[in-house]
Amino acid sequence: MNLLANLINGLSLGAVYAIIALGYTMVYGIAKMLNFAHGDVIMVGGYVCFCTMSYLHMPAPAGVLFAVIVCTVLGIVIEKLAYKPLRQATSLAVLITAIGVSYFLQNAALLIWKSDPKVFTSVVNIPAIRLFDGQLVISGVTVATIASSVIIMIALTIFTGKTKVGKAMRAVSEDKGAAQLMGINVNSTISVTFAIGSGLAAIAGVLLCSAYPTLMPTTGSMPGIKAFTAAVFGGIGSIPGAMLGGLLLGVIEIFAKAYISTQLSDAIVFAVLIIVLLIKPTGLLGKAIHEKV
Amino acid sequence: MKRNFAKIAAAVMAGAMALSLAACGGSSSSSGSSSAETKAAAETEGGSGEVFKIGGIGPTTGAAAIYGTACKNAAEIAVEEINALGGVQFELNFQDDEHDAEKSVNAYNKLKDWGMQILVGTTTTTPCVAVSTESNADRIFEITPSASSTDVIGGVADADGNVNIPRKDNVFQMCFTDPNQGIASAQYISENQLGSKIAIIYNNSDAYSTGIYNKFVAEAADRNLEIVYTGTFTDDNATDFSVQLGDAHNSGADLLFLPIYYTPASQILVQAEAKGYDFKYFGVDGMDGILTLEGFDTSLAEGVMLLTPFAADAQDDLTKNFVAKYQEKFGADQVPNQFAADTYDCIYAIYNAIQAKGLTPDMSNEELCSALIETFTSSDFSYSGLTGENMTWSESGEVSKDPKANVIQDGAYVGM
Repeated sequence: MNLLANLINGLSLGAVYAIIALGYTMVYGIAKMLNFAHGDVIMVGGYVCFCTMSYLHMPAPAGVLFAVIVCTVLGIVIEKLAYKPLRQATSLAVLITAIGVSYFLQNAALLIWKSDPKVFTSVVNIPAIRLFDGQLVISGVTVATIASSVIIMIALTIFTGKTKVGKAMRAVSEDKGAAQLMGINVNSTISVTFAIGSGLAAIAGVLLCSAYPTLMPTTGSMPGIKAFTAAVFGGIGSIPGAMLGGLLLGVIEIFAKAYISTQLSDAIVFAVLIIVLLIKPTGLLGKAIHEKV
Repeated sequence: MKRNFAKIAAAVMAGAMALSLAACGGSSSSSGSSSAETKAAAETEGGSGEVFKIGGIGPTTGAAAIYGTACKNAAEIAVEEINALGGVQFELNFQDDEHDAEKSVNAYNKLKDWGMQILVGTTTTTPCVAVSTESNADRIFEITPSASSTDVIGGVADADGNVNIPRKDNVFQMCFTDPNQGIASAQYISENQLGSKIAIIYNNSDAYSTGIYNKFVAEAADRNLEIVYTGTFTDDNATDFSVQLGDAHNSGADLLFLPIYYTPASQILVQAEAKGYDFKYFGVDGMDGILTLEGFDTSLAEGVMLLTPFAADAQDDLTKNFVAKYQEKFGADQVPNQFAADTYDCIYAIYNAIQAKGLTPDMSNEELCSALIETFTSSDFSYSGLTGENMTWSESGEVSKDPKANVIQDGAYVGM
């Protein structure tokens, strides 16, 4: 029973990681860059939703919608201002810029919303499921998070596989130069990728804050790092991989906490990542692509 | 290419984590100085011999500004009241330190130039450790309202029995030390039989939380309190408490002791509610502030007990008078917190000691310092104020007073 309860706790944490990791992997898969500011876009999404609900007294769906809109625009702006000028630069330069953007967003949030933590009211109204006389409780947020991440995973897979824009994205990810020669607008394709990734970040932010209600300017950084780990774990660039990686990471973290040590859980999580990368460098579901010279 | 990229990414990740850790350690502070006060101070330099010159130091700007501002406001009220009585006269000069040790020592030096004879401060612990070393060398009597670490007073052995900082005999505290909060909590729980099976969740990456926890466990063992579960978390790991709460629940605990700050405590309350766990909660002074957390559903804190020396809605005359004056002077929406109450008590304790010994303002720092040390540590000196009855001080500099516990009812503190 205890094992089952911990498994559910793990899945509920993992679902949050999975939903963040989907955004990470989407941007990496297409633009071939790690957007470290992703975690902070999540935090902005959380704050925007909080402000819409607490200050403007709008209902929860309006808060979520508004957060998605703001984050989508923010994603496009960040891409245009910070990443586009570096399109030809080395990937290391882009990475460092992403870290800069991450710090910029955190400190801007500190200026706007101050350092006092805010407590987020859950947007999910599904009642908790109680099994075995209340010994096993699955909260409504968990159900909503798992459902959302499955829906998003399926939607993204269909989108990149079937639609015209999706096909353009895959073309850009395989070879930017050749895609351009085929008449694909590389810049606008990458912008759309960022827009989708940031919109997903807003949803992730709202669900993260619904599950763990403290909202601070640094709220997104640790889950962001964990979700990046999850994406690498599952095979970065692979959409089902991000989902699998996120869920596994959550379960490993909770099991490490419950059965090994509450202090060492993070260390164990990262140790597992290292082992997986040593055995299977592309991650669980990642495909090895051979570079042609 | 992909493999190389992953390696680069891993290296950058490590860098980013190190950076974010460093960022956590640094204190953010805004610049700001009280030049007006300094100018006024410079004019009266030299010690008039008519009034006692009381210096105050605390953060009135920056991240911890609410603490220092509360101290400054309360000190002003106390000094005004005392001066209105006639007799012994005080002059107050309160300096900002932005919760920064270096700025605090600068503020201290500024006050020394002004002719400070007695120091009430500093408000926060880290600056106070630095300033108290200076005041000890200069023989200026110092009493801090709220710097609760034992490093402030010195002379207290750590867990291994080593005394790392020698006792600074001129430094006294108005607040409980961190370890004493642990002892007081165990006493309170056992004397009032609040719980038979106790679970504890504490932050073992934080000195404050760990200090209280260690003493609590030692005292609980002496009092035969049964601790059925101990859970830990760290600053980086303070979001998901499902494992700790689940284990506490499974261990059959009825009371959950939380020697932590109010932000993680609010997470614990929310998550326990979502899981349908029903604990009684007992916190320490770090829990103070949970009701002012923006967006927090205060009904979740209903019945939470906390050990805090002061409740603004207590119904005794002293508190009512203090709160009324505070709101009259600083605005009706301002509610004095424990920092304000502790500072008010500091000024009055000094006033009582001066009266008891018949000290005069023309005495030198050294004479005042040794006379006040003697008075504070003498067995017949005690002080009753906002934060406790019959407080006494030992030579260790720690205050001895009965702990006051409050319970949250209808979104407000009510004395227990």
